[in-house]
Amino acid sequence: MTAPHAVAAPLLEARALTFYRQDEPVFGPLDFCLHEGEVALVEGDNGSGKTTLLRILAGLLHIDEGSLAWRGQPWRRVEHLGDTLFLGHHLGLKADLSARENLAVAAGLYGARDGRSVGGVLNDIGLAGYEDEPVRRLSAGQKKRAALARLLLLPATLWLLDEPYANLDRTGIELVNRLLAQHAAEGGAALVTSHGAVSFLAGEPKRVRMHA
Amino acid sequence: MSHAPLASACAAVLRRDLTLAWRRRGDIVMPVLYALIVITLFPFALGPEEALLQRIAGGAVLVTMLLAMLLALDAMFRSDIEDGSLEQLMLSPQPLALMLGMKILAHWITTALPLIVIAPLLAGMLHLPTAVMPVLVYALLLSTPLLSLLGAVLVALTAGTRRSGMLLALMLLPLCVPVVIFAAGAVAAAQQGLPWLAPIAWLGAALVMALVLAPLACATALRIALDA
Repeated sequence: MTAPHAVAAPLLEARALTFYRQDEPVFGPLDFCLHEGEVALVEGDNGSGKTTLLRILAGLLHIDEGSLAWRGQPWRRVEHLGDTLFLGHHLGLKADLSARENLAVAAGLYGARDGRSVGGVLNDIGLAGYEDEPVRRLSAGQKKRAALARLLLLPATLWLLDEPYANLDRTGIELVNRLLAQHAAEGGAALVTSHGAVSFLAGEPKRVRMHA
Repeated sequence: MSHAPLASACAAVLRRDLTLAWRRRGDIVMPVLYALIVITLFPFALGPEEALLQRIAGGAVLVTMLLAMLLALDAMFRSDIEDGSLEQLMLSPQPLALMLGMKILAHWITTALPLIVIAPLLAGMLHLPTAVMPVLVYALLLSTPLLSLLGAVLVALTAGTRRSGMLLALMLLPLCVPVVIFAAGAVAAAQQGLPWLAPIAWLGAALVMALVLAPLACATALRIALDA
């Protein structure tokens, strides 16, 4: 575990990962690896299996063929539950609860990072003044921000973000990029899906191409 | 990396579900109102003859309570599946069965407890003797959580299917029958001055078994439901 970065096993490595839905191949075989401090963009057309891939890596779907390794060890769902953070199409927010209450539940389940508080995180994410408003009254972008606040608060090494840029304004997109850069600098990794070739990520991120 | 302690996770889930129920207080009132209406209608339909009402009181109240509970049953996991909360719960580093147990407990507190509170009133409307009231309450205290747990397993099993209401009712019927038989049996025995402890003990035994097994079955069924 204390080996230097250059020779350390990748955080996540997929070999010949294939997924079938009712015997129809959805994607694969797919090979990629993700090191600590890396942000990878999952690219593919609609229906190419980007969301499916993230749901597999989160541990919601089983693997049909191929293998996954976590730091060189075979990946087992139950062992890595707290290490990954999944943000899907469904944001996992209760519409009748406020952003603050939603976040408190998430912190109760996942734990919170040292030195981070629910109020402070909501302020950083740009929801100051809306903390106690029921989520159903927030705009789509604000809901997205309320869900993204989990990234700041909860401890996790691997972020799996399904369309994190959807519904966000320019400052929101910059915010996501800043979160990703900060996470990578702290030694975390992230897989981000995005439609087509459009990428808001700064620089030249690693790309995982889905075979359509 | 330190994860959240189990106790705080349980408290978070329980508090969330109770807060949600409180924000939608109207939904809590519904089963109570339903039970009140049904029991009020019995004397009108059967006539005000006291001996007859007394004979059916225990059974009528029990069946009405259990049916009223079914009204709220199929919503137990639905909203959590729709808004993605269940995914987040499932991916959290906590034992899923225990977290679902908390959800079932919250469901029981919000649907069954108000019904149990008004049960003596409803039974009184049908002239159930006061001496039998405690037995009725014991029977309800054991049979309602049992039904919540059994129902939760079936809701979890039918979670992936569309329009699961009909299927749920069909599957729950055979499981309800023994619960009703033992609960009503205890009340009837008490009314006739016979020992009523045995059927209550049976309900207690079934409840203990369901407490252990139902959350585990729920967790497995929901994992399968989302893995599709």
